[in-house]
Amino acid sequence: MVRVEFLGPIQKKPLELDISNLNELAEILQEDKEMQQWLENSAVAVNDTLVSSRDVALKDGDRVALLPPVCGG
Amino acid sequence: MLYLYDGALDVPKILKEWYEQEEGSNYGAYIPFVGTVRDEDNIEGLSFDIYEPILRSWFEAWQTRAKAKGAVIKMAHSRGDVMLHESSYIAAVFSPKRRVALEFIDEFVEDFKASAPIWKYDLKNGKRIYALERSTAIKGSGLLK
Repeated sequence: MVRVEFLGPIQKKPLELDISNLNELAEILQEDKEMQQWLENSAVAVNDTLVSSRDVALKDGDRVALLPPVCGG
Repeated sequence: MLYLYDGALDVPKILKEWYEQEEGSNYGAYIPFVGTVRDEDNIEGLSFDIYEPILRSWFEAWQTRAKAKGAVIKMAHSRGDVMLHESSYIAAVFSPKRRVALEFIDEFVEDFKASAPIWKYDLKNGKRIYALERSTAIKGSGLLK
């Protein structure tokens, strides 16, 4: 299973999904109306490294995080 | 050297500690930036969430860049609530000569604002309201839309 976490202001509990790549994750999250705005403006990290392409294979135990717009300081 | 604290930062204490850590290191310049919560838009204060693993790797990448120029960066940030006129952020650069530190503090703070995984909320009427309009989407956002 792949654990998907939603960081900061995204009010959504973590998911445990049987997926093998980010395209599958995108399809699942696009069906969730409350996620629409966050998919537009969130970055994606796999195992705590930001990724710039959906072409990332996922395996059992991997962690995916969605990071919405930031504002430190 | 990244330091995270619950609540407001004790600015004089942190600046003094950093000074004492490096006073024998032969740096010619110590340039701190302190971010303080201002009284505006009827807020009572600000509140912060931090995602520490990615913040640490982002910071280490900057530290490597600083070391290549003979400099060192230190940063402190608050978690949770920070009220008016308290401080939530300190960044500082030590370098052999002033020019490197002046340039680094500018670049570092700008990238911090655009990339560091920290989320800001306004505290108003006891509620915590995400400051979306003042936030910046991390480079590469929208990958799953």
